Amino acid sequence: MDLINLFITGLLTENVILYKFLGICPFIGTSNKEKNAVYMGLSVTLVTTLSSIITYLLYHYVLIPTKSEYLVTIIFILVISALVQILELVLKKLFPIIHKTLGLYLPLITTNCAVLGVTLLNINNNYNFLEVLTFSIASSLGFTLVIYIFSTIRERIDKCDVPDRFKGVPIALITAFIMALIFKRFTLS
Amino acid sequence: MKKLFNSIIKENPTFVLLLGLCPALAVTTKFENAYLMGICVLFILLISNTIISIIKKLIPENVKIPCYILIIGTTVTITEIILKKYIPDLYNALGIYLPLIVVNCIVLGRALLVASKESVYNTILDSLGIGIGFTLAISLIALIREILGTNTLTIMDATKDITGYIAIYKNILPNISIFPIPILVESSGAFLTLGLLLALFNKGGKK
Repeated sequence: MDLINLFITGLLTENVILYKFLGICPFIGTSNKEKNAVYMGLSVTLVTTLSSIITYLLYHYVLIPTKSEYLVTIIFILVISALVQILELVLKKLFPIIHKTLGLYLPLITTNCAVLGVTLLNINNNYNFLEVLTFSIASSLGFTLVIYIFSTIRERIDKCDVPDRFKGVPIALITAFIMALIFKRFTLS
Repeated sequence: MKKLFNSIIKENPTFVLLLGLCPALAVTTKFENAYLMGICVLFILLISNTIISIIKKLIPENVKIPCYILIIGTTVTITEIILKKYIPDLYNALGIYLPLIVVNCIVLGRALLVASKESVYNTILDSLGIGIGFTLAISLIALIREILGTNTLTIMDATKDITGYIAIYKNILPNISIFPIPILVESSGAFLTLGLLLALFNKGGKK
């Protein structure tokens, strides 16, 4: 039950983008096409889940025994960037079709705050392994969901007559404001 | 001097370049957190970009980005340790947004655009300008959100152990029934405030 609760919280109520403000750059930057948004979201899901598992193991079996918790930030960012590189190579060799579609988005993920943010939150909130798995999948799916909904809205907005001042990013942020209002109301009672 | 001014106003990282929006949205519920976050970013930007600019010839082209991230990560960790020791309240308030400066687009973006090409002097000037611009921008957002949202203004609270002063002002707004507007300090209010401010500056830039 707790896991389901955690899943819903990560997916909707405390959404990565709309509640924790992680991954705003790809949210504003790359999400003007439906297809781009889905691929970006899927790449983030893949990398976040894998890196959450690795960083969890590293933190509990390497960093804590050696009393070097202060290295968390550096180790995690190294894990994520190495993982992205390895993933790119593996996909290129084994699944060229997936690499063709996701390849463009993978390098961008290293500097995506959502991935590092989720791995750090896992540690800060003292989750156990199952919770880490649930939370990271929920968060990254939440990221995908929001970025996809947002891209469809944005395609509509592009065709509308927006006041000059609001063209581009300002109207996107106002849209995000309304979406954040809606997502906040998904709280489980 | 003109260049410094230029990078504060015309190349303002938050309002013009649209970089580093995560902290600009996340830590701006309190004025104090915002300007201290700005100072942290300024410090990290200055130190890491100066180091990068000094050793840029030693770094091979293909491993440029990992090296830069490592240098920035080290600076961030140093900042974290200092804050944890001396201003623990701020360290807790900033939470994960402090380590997230590593992947902040401002720092890495400036490292790639400026520090890896220009001289040390130019890099320091640029880092100062961008850092101050960022600090001013997020302070402005926090000022609006905190005053209109909670009817208080926190200038010094977490730093009281060091400075010895507490400066919190309450009931600033005129006594009208629409104030305060609590939605502004909720997460959605961040998007609203930044969206409206960007719209405001959009017009100003064109004229």
